[in-house]
Amino acid sequence: MWQFICRRLGLMFLTALSLTFIVFFLTNLQPNLEKLAKTEGNQRMSDTQVESWLDDRGYNQPLLLRYGEWLGIVPGYVRTDEEGKTRGRCIRHGIKDTPSYCGLLQGSFGYSTTFDEPVGGVVSTRLGLTGILMFWVMIVMVPMALIIGILAGIREGSKTDRTLSTVAIGLTATPEYISGVILSVIFASTIVFGERLLLPSSQTAMENITFSNFTLPVMTMVLYGMGYIARMTRASMAEVMTAQYIRTARLKGVSFANIVVKHALRNALIAPFTVIMLQFPWLLTGVVIVETLFNYKGFGWLLVKAADTNDIELLLSCSVVAVVVVLVTQLISDIGYVFLNPRIRVNS
Amino acid sequence: MPVWIAMVLTFAVSYFFRDRLGLYGRLFDTFTGSIGFALVVFWLFTAIFADQIITFDPIDQLAGMRKKIPGTLVPDTLTAYLFGGDLLGRDIFSRMVMGSRTVLSIAPAATIFAFMTGITLGLPAGFYGKKLDTILSFIANLVLAFPVILLFYLLVTPAVRSTGIPVIVAAVLFLFPIIFFVVLFQSRYYVQPRKRNVYVGLTLILGFWAYSGLAFNQDPLQLLGLKPVFYMDSNLLNIFVSVVFVNSPTVFRIVRGLTMDIKTRDYVAAAQTRGEGAWFIMLWEILPNARGPLIVDFCLRIGYTTILLGTLGFFGLGVSPESPDWGMTINEGRKLLAYFPHMAIPPALALLSLVLGLNLLGDGLREQSLKD
Repeated sequence: MWQFICRRLGLMFLTALSLTFIVFFLTNLQPNLEKLAKTEGNQRMSDTQVESWLDDRGYNQPLLLRYGEWLGIVPGYVRTDEEGKTRGRCIRHGIKDTPSYCGLLQGSFGYSTTFDEPVGGVVSTRLGLTGILMFWVMIVMVPMALIIGILAGIREGSKTDRTLSTVAIGLTATPEYISGVILSVIFASTIVFGERLLLPSSQTAMENITFSNFTLPVMTMVLYGMGYIARMTRASMAEVMTAQYIRTARLKGVSFANIVVKHALRNALIAPFTVIMLQFPWLLTGVVIVETLFNYKGFGWLLVKAADTNDIELLLSCSVVAVVVVLVTQLISDIGYVFLNPRIRVNS
Repeated sequence: MPVWIAMVLTFAVSYFFRDRLGLYGRLFDTFTGSIGFALVVFWLFTAIFADQIITFDPIDQLAGMRKKIPGTLVPDTLTAYLFGGDLLGRDIFSRMVMGSRTVLSIAPAATIFAFMTGITLGLPAGFYGKKLDTILSFIANLVLAFPVILLFYLLVTPAVRSTGIPVIVAAVLFLFPIIFFVVLFQSRYYVQPRKRNVYVGLTLILGFWAYSGLAFNQDPLQLLGLKPVFYMDSNLLNIFVSVVFVNSPTVFRIVRGLTMDIKTRDYVAAAQTRGEGAWFIMLWEILPNARGPLIVDFCLRIGYTTILLGTLGFFGLGVSPESPDWGMTINEGRKLLAYFPHMAIPPALALLSLVLGLNLLGDGLREQSLKD
């Protein structure tokens, strides 16, 4: 078991390393750097000015070297320009003695050029906001999806099953940007007691979450994710219900409710567990859309912002977070699967 | 109007001969399957007959029609903007109809390319296993671990386009269909050299003709001064490549899993005893037997690709600002949603119904293929 986890962790590490390098490479393409120079410096810079701007800030070093700097295994650059101003990767305002290494390994995620703040702080605040959103989404989505899936799976082919399955398919066919638009049209224009029932923007939800400003984003995300989980639950429930031991239990005269709750449910919930875990990476994409749609300034919003301004270090940190989320949930789903299903043995 | 006629004809003919049409015919036995098929066929014919259906030019801007509600008559004519006018005074109905063409020309093609790539790599990975499998699986997982949206932001920007990375990726990805067909015919007909030469030769000529046109935008006809047959706008290429790139690892995983499963069957062992080549077994023994799940996934994947294209348009990374892309129209419309809901709703419902149709179709096919 431990060997398995160690191997997975090693593979995870390798994946994360390759992925960050790819992101690093893509954000550091020459046109992207020029764009960065122009947004940060001056829109009307000449080519030579751009070149010297990039040179002064250490952007013209070899790619691998700079990747190493970012990781913190190569000392940060220090450069003095013609005006005698010294710039360095690790030199920031207000810090007297500068360390020579400052990268991921030293716990520094770098410096955001858009927000003019250390990336670590920016990312963690935004991530916190998204965390709240995710929490509510999960709280609403998982039970609802499981109930729909179980009800549909109890009697395969029945009317309930047909209806619920069609609903689930319909939900998976409605991406967030469509359900969000439709829901806002329906609810945000409904006036109850002289006030709007739900607000189409969640900007105020960042300080103060209320039912009216937070329901729409949560509902939008829940609807799309729910369909898939419900379908998986239904499939696994339907399979379990045809198993031999269920028939045995019925022949013994156990009541139907008892069979479902005591015999079928535990076995039927193994597959949905994996699916729910693997939904997290998808939630990440959903978060980007929903946060843009409802103007909730969380992690997804940050990602869009970073990509728009080509804020290299911010974008890198965002992708590290995203990749870690994906890989950790994969690991948890694998390990959890083994625990839930004793029939599966991990062989290393 | 031509859409309804074509649809009725398709349905009548299909229904009449459903007994002889195998899986496709049995689709009509299920209610959801027929509904799904109807929706898909509806949009397919809409895309084909788009030129006859549209009432106005989708990029024509009429100043007097800005933000007009559905059904407003256009001055000096007797026709109306059926779904109203958008911010620039364009006819939303016509834009929606033309948008179906954009979606239906990209999504299925991209899905086919993704399948070719996934199959060409997934079969040997599942069949041979070992090192090849480890390496290919690692790469596939690498791509899958990327949040899709981040990948798009990194790949589909004008800056990346100027570096030529999409062309390189396209050059690699577009090679797979050619490899696939060459190997397919080579393994089948290498005992009949004359037939083999014809098929392989044709594939190579057609393949590289399309290849040079699509990937490098240098159709041989263009060099001769003629109108190119295969041509892709650099922006479109960028999107196309990204969509294929995102989809192929999933297909790879499915094909690999299926291959590993089917590999253990008796008929594969029998084929090996007969001395059949590895590629013949993969392409002519395993692949046809894996077709059921693959066809189902194909339907679902087109729907998923449609959603993906919409997402791209939603973030302003769509095909081109003027084109009536659904995702983009939704994005434009949502900004004024509180005041003019009619702008975003038609493309949203259009996309919804198409994806729903594809999903229902996939589900119907799955149900029917499981009955075997």
